[in-house]
Amino acid sequence: MANQICFTTLKFGQPWSLENYENIGGYQALRKIVEEKLTPEQVIETVIQSGLRGRGGAGFPTGRKWSFINREDGKTHYLVCNSDESEPGTCKDRDILRFNPHAVIEGMIIAGYAIGAQHGYNYMRGEFHGDPLHRFEDALQEAKDKGYLGENILGSDISFRIDTHLGAGAYVCGEESALLESLEGKQGRPRFKPPFPAQKGLFGCPTIINNTESLASVPAIIRNGAQWFNDLGVNGNPGEKIFSVSGQVEKPGNFEVPMGIEFSKLLEMSGGVTKGRKLKAIIPGGSSTSVLPAAKLDGMKMDYESIAEHGSALGSGAVIVIDDSACMVKLLRRIVRFYFKESCGQCTPCREGVGWIYRILGRILESDATLEDIDLLESVATNIKGRTVCAFGEAAATPVISFLTHFREEFEAKVDAKVSTAEQKVEA
Amino acid sequence: MSFLNDELTVKIDLHLEKYPADQRQSALIPVLHLVQEENSGHLTKQILHEVAEYIQIPAISALEAASFYSMFELEPVGKYVISICTNVSCMLRGAEEIVAKMEEHLGIKMGETTANGLYTMRVEEECLAACSSGPVMTINGNYHERLTPQLAVEIIKGLK
Ligand SMILES: Cc1cc2nc3c(=O)[nH]c(=O)nc-3n(C[C@H](O)[C@H](O)[C@H](O)COP(=O)(O)O)c2cc1C
Ligand code: SF4
Ligand code: FES
Repeated sequence: MANQICFTTLKFGQPWSLENYENIGGYQALRKIVEEKLTPEQVIETVIQSGLRGRGGAGFPTGRKWSFINREDGKTHYLVCNSDESEPGTCKDRDILRFNPHAVIEGMIIAGYAIGAQHGYNYMRGEFHGDPLHRFEDALQEAKDKGYLGENILGSDISFRIDTHLGAGAYVCGEESALLESLEGKQGRPRFKPPFPAQKGLFGCPTIINNTESLASVPAIIRNGAQWFNDLGVNGNPGEKIFSVSGQVEKPGNFEVPMGIEFSKLLEMSGGVTKGRKLKAIIPGGSSTSVLPAAKLDGMKMDYESIAEHGSALGSGAVIVIDDSACMVKLLRRIVRFYFKESCGQCTPCREGVGWIYRILGRILESDATLEDIDLLESVATNIKGRTVCAFGEAAATPVISFLTHFREEFEAKVDAKVSTAEQKVEA
Repeated sequence: MSFLNDELTVKIDLHLEKYPADQRQSALIPVLHLVQEENSGHLTKQILHEVAEYIQIPAISALEAASFYSMFELEPVGKYVISICTNVSCMLRGAEEIVAKMEEHLGIKMGETTANGLYTMRVEEECLAACSSGPVMTINGNYHERLTPQLAVEIIKGLK
């Protein structure tokens, strides 16, 4: 089975149209809520039972997150869809927005109902100003015209409004509290927590932030039931999930497949590693997750537990495949350059530490590093972890530590090669 | 002469309308996109002041946002702004060769604009979220995917 959740419309010529979304049962979940008068508690309970976990990277159970909102507090609540999609390797939300925008809309309306919000924003990264934004906005209009969105949805007393908001180029705005700052027109600097957004979020109001794929998964769950979602996965892992396979494979792509399928199967679906090359390593969940060498992948399944047991994390489901032509030192330097340039700069360990790591890697590649520099890399990275306002620091340190754990000899070889050429020069 | 005209303020009002009346600053980033496009791809101090005044926020807030977000340009740029993704997935599929070929073809380095003012090659730090169809570049925000060095140059030659 495949394409059961977010990519249900992919088989049609115009997968984004309302007509095609309705063809696969679109807006039936909303209709069910209205006609069967499901309460917000019942909706939340179904999502909890389904076992859906957040697809933005942290994997927090979606239904439980919704239950943190106190619907009776008399305050205005907001729902925010996180379409900032900026974790390197990740390219699924862009395709959901382009090919099935109505699933995101229906998911947002249902989530809004569950948390007592009447207004939601879809925050998209600035680069999505073309097809993703336009398809989503056209879909909003279609949904309004059909009475699925707006005041008194399908004749009920449920009302919901959705607006789009474009970011402008800043990875850190994918972090939920930085995203809220950005949505308020400020620089995207993560907030200190607590308070958490569910207590004090957008405009100071209780707010729930969910990833695009998480929200787009909700209609199918309400439509078909929690048990159906559970049965889709294999090895006891609920549902299907999109894996973005990129890098050195023959047929990279987005694959919506059951949770818990073997990594080897996913690799096969993407055409296998580059012809004539051998698999060297993968980064299984976006560039912030630990790299895993090929030798450590035996029996790994694509689910939260199995990937964790193998020493990494499912993250956003972005599987970056690396073959034996790649230089791990160069690759790590590119990854670290990204974190160095994108740090918001408000915590010293993140701002200074990542810059320091970047410069040491430059020395290793280009000039006169020593073996002590490799130890230094490790200790600087270790010291960033746990000392920052947001998880960015951890995200930047994790690749450094894991590359050194598994490919230290490549770093040492670079240093040795430099030392020996320098010695030859001195002798000559 | 002021930069904002009636046509623009009508569009700005559509953005303002998305947020609560006491949260006008929320419209800032979308509005900066709008006026930047209107001003051939970059923002000036004067434009930032006018936008701030219209939105009714301190000018410093507009300056802060414009300097924080990498899609806002504070210097003039070429007619075509090219961002080549060099992040991890694209790098693994040959992004460096594309950069080298484009630099050779345009006769500039990343971060520079051609003397005729036609092309700017931005230094793109981010992944462009199209990794499984990499290597990728955008030209004035439009995506070009599954690039080869030759294809990238042909796309440039096809620009009018
Ligand atoms: C540096 C950083 C970048 C992030 N980028 C994204 C992103 O691009 N998209 C996303 O959905 N979540 C991102 N997250 C996670 C969000 O903070 C948040 O956990 C998520 O949007 C919650 O949605 P979910 O529970 O549905 O996964 C990022 C987190 C960090 C620390
Ligand atoms: S960890 Fe880095 S990105 Fe996060 S708040 Fe601190 S400086 Fe900013
Ligand atoms: S790495 Fe190039 S688009 Fe993601």
